[in-house]
Amino acid sequence: MRTEEEMSNVATTSRELGNYLEAFTEFVKRAPGQNQGWLRKLREDSFAHFCEVGFPTTHDEDWRFTNVAAIAQTAFRLPPAAAKVSAQQIEPYRLAGAACELVFVNGRFDAKLSSVSSLPKGVSVGSLADEIRRDPKPLEKHLGQYLNTQRDIFCALNTAFLEDGAYVHIGRGTVLEEPVYLLFLTTASDAPLMTHPRNLIIAEEDSQAIIVEDYVSLGGGVAFSNAATELVASEHTVLSHYLIEREHTEAYNVSTLRLQQGRSANVASHSVLLGGGLVRNNVHPVLAGEGADCLINGLFIGNGRQHMDNYMLVEHASPHCGSRQFYNGILDGHSRGVFHGRIIVHKDAQKTDAKQTNRNLLLSDDAQIDTKPQLEIYADDVKCTHGATIGQIEEDELFYLRSRGIDEPAARRLLLLAFASECLERMKPGPARTRIEELVNQWLFHIQPGSPEHGKGAPDRALHGEEAG
Amino acid sequence: MALLEIRNLHVKVENHEILKGIDLTVNAGEVHSIMGPNGSGKSTLAQVLARRESFQVTQGEVLYKGKDLLAMKPEEAACEGVFLAFQYPVEIPGISNAYFLRSALNAVRNYRGEDELDAMDFIPMFKKKMKLLDMDDKLMNRSVNEGFSGGEKKRNEILQMAVLEPKMAILDETDSGLDIDALRIVANGVNALRSPERAMVVVTHYQRLLNYIVPDFVHVLVDGRIVKSGGKELALELEDKGYSWVEAEATA
Repeated sequence: MRTEEEMSNVATTSRELGNYLEAFTEFVKRAPGQNQGWLRKLREDSFAHFCEVGFPTTHDEDWRFTNVAAIAQTAFRLPPAAAKVSAQQIEPYRLAGAACELVFVNGRFDAKLSSVSSLPKGVSVGSLADEIRRDPKPLEKHLGQYLNTQRDIFCALNTAFLEDGAYVHIGRGTVLEEPVYLLFLTTASDAPLMTHPRNLIIAEEDSQAIIVEDYVSLGGGVAFSNAATELVASEHTVLSHYLIEREHTEAYNVSTLRLQQGRSANVASHSVLLGGGLVRNNVHPVLAGEGADCLINGLFIGNGRQHMDNYMLVEHASPHCGSRQFYNGILDGHSRGVFHGRIIVHKDAQKTDAKQTNRNLLLSDDAQIDTKPQLEIYADDVKCTHGATIGQIEEDELFYLRSRGIDEPAARRLLLLAFASECLERMKPGPARTRIEELVNQWLFHIQPGSPEHGKGAPDRALHGEEAG
Repeated sequence: MALLEIRNLHVKVENHEILKGIDLTVNAGEVHSIMGPNGSGKSTLAQVLARRESFQVTQGEVLYKGKDLLAMKPEEAACEGVFLAFQYPVEIPGISNAYFLRSALNAVRNYRGEDELDAMDFIPMFKKKMKLLDMDDKLMNRSVNEGFSGGEKKRNEILQMAVLEPKMAILDETDSGLDIDALRIVANGVNALRSPERAMVVVTHYQRLLNYIVPDFVHVLVDGRIVKSGGKELALELEDKGYSWVEAEATA
């Protein structure tokens, strides 16, 4: 414990800042839209704030259970010019049934690998960098307007290095039933790479869409993905957002989903964390319009020395809004999970109905979970509930299954799958859910206590396809 | 060779000796009833035979089809044809009844070197067996035992037995908590499975069930020992005189 404590006290040193300064100086020379005053200012202000504050330590309440010293002390650099990825390499990741697929290699849009043709009228999807170059003016209204770069230094860093990502615009009244699939690949590298994917998703009034973000490593090497998504759900929209994290265990992954919900907007956020060595998943909905509703659903499965931190910040800013958080964690080996569920009910948000549940299964004596509800209620007529459980696989259930002929590993897997299914069943049937079910099934094969793979760390190769090497 | 042969079985549960020397022989085709007051060790015996590993066997042996049953894991015993209908069936949220049963059946079929059944083969067979127990089709897609009534849970146990077709079925207080209609349905289900190749051990506190499932032999278990054995008329005698009669006789 002592060493961890000491490490947490190490603030970002000037050497690391020097590294970021060098990267930033180079970056702004070629960054898209630097000729736009507002965008240049957005980047510069964010970078200045990052330099001033540095990375958080565990003394910071929002980072109490997650030590990012390893990120702070690594000299990451921006990826050099486009890495080559073949269509064959990404074949295993293609999402059958998607409306379109956008592939980002080391944070940059790859038009060749992507397919965005034949989209219905009213849907516009592409690279954010391209959009900034093409028609920056309309972006000013949204880009950087929702993420809190003051509060979250990773959002500041993302905004400083804002370059590319997905730009999705769903026009008024448009219904897109098939998912928009966003695949973020990090390629093998000798030097530690950092990427800062930035997505802007705007759903106009009365529209419907499904967005899937999938984070994958192609080959080994230390990498840091620091992604941020601003999703604007206008009045009467119905949106689902999926995040799949399945990078290898050398990867650091910080992602922030900032949801801005208008009147009667109905948004579901589903996060599935399987891979990554150190993972921080921020979900931050602001229920800004009356009658908005938000489902925040998540599943995290850790093994080896994986660290998975789920930080929820749900802001009720208007009356009659509902939010339901459900996160299930399965932790094996020496893995560590965090669930931090913060709900803020602002003064005028009467008749708020907020619910939060975090359930955890610990499969080994060395696995650990820190779960923390944090309710701040400034209105007087609200309903807020929270609950957390931590348990093991029930011996009674195991015996019951085994007494019917199902062997112990299969029985355990069945019980884990049942536990995971609580989250899977909150997802609407469709390509995204099917993909996630397949992944969870495969993953549970590997974390299974008693199986030969047990305790060996997260399965890298099996899930990344043989082509990955 | 007897199907099941229990010799001088002693069992401890959490360091208390519960079974203190049980001897029992069961042949294929026979139905044995084990009766006894609460706490006499009936359920412990049933669960040890299904290989509950937290129950510690301190002495004795159990031969099943001539093999050492106590060396088997629960799943091996099940695949070899041992089935326990639980007194308190376990609820398993998140696994559908149909999926559970098909997994179980295919595990058993795999063990026996038979082909797995796919959903197309399985569903008609499953529906037929559900009809036998007068069960609602909806229970097929519900999570295992979750939100089932007491009667539905017990019927679900017998349904599993009907699907898995064991050689040696142990029914642990299958009558408890059942009204007379449900009891009749469950008993009909059990009787439909009686066959010359199959043996049953029916554990019960009350004689009532034995009106419907008529045993060949009745054994009375008191304080971890079988103190009296007889034919089906013994059950009636117990109903009439109560357990204190055999308890007194046993200690005399």
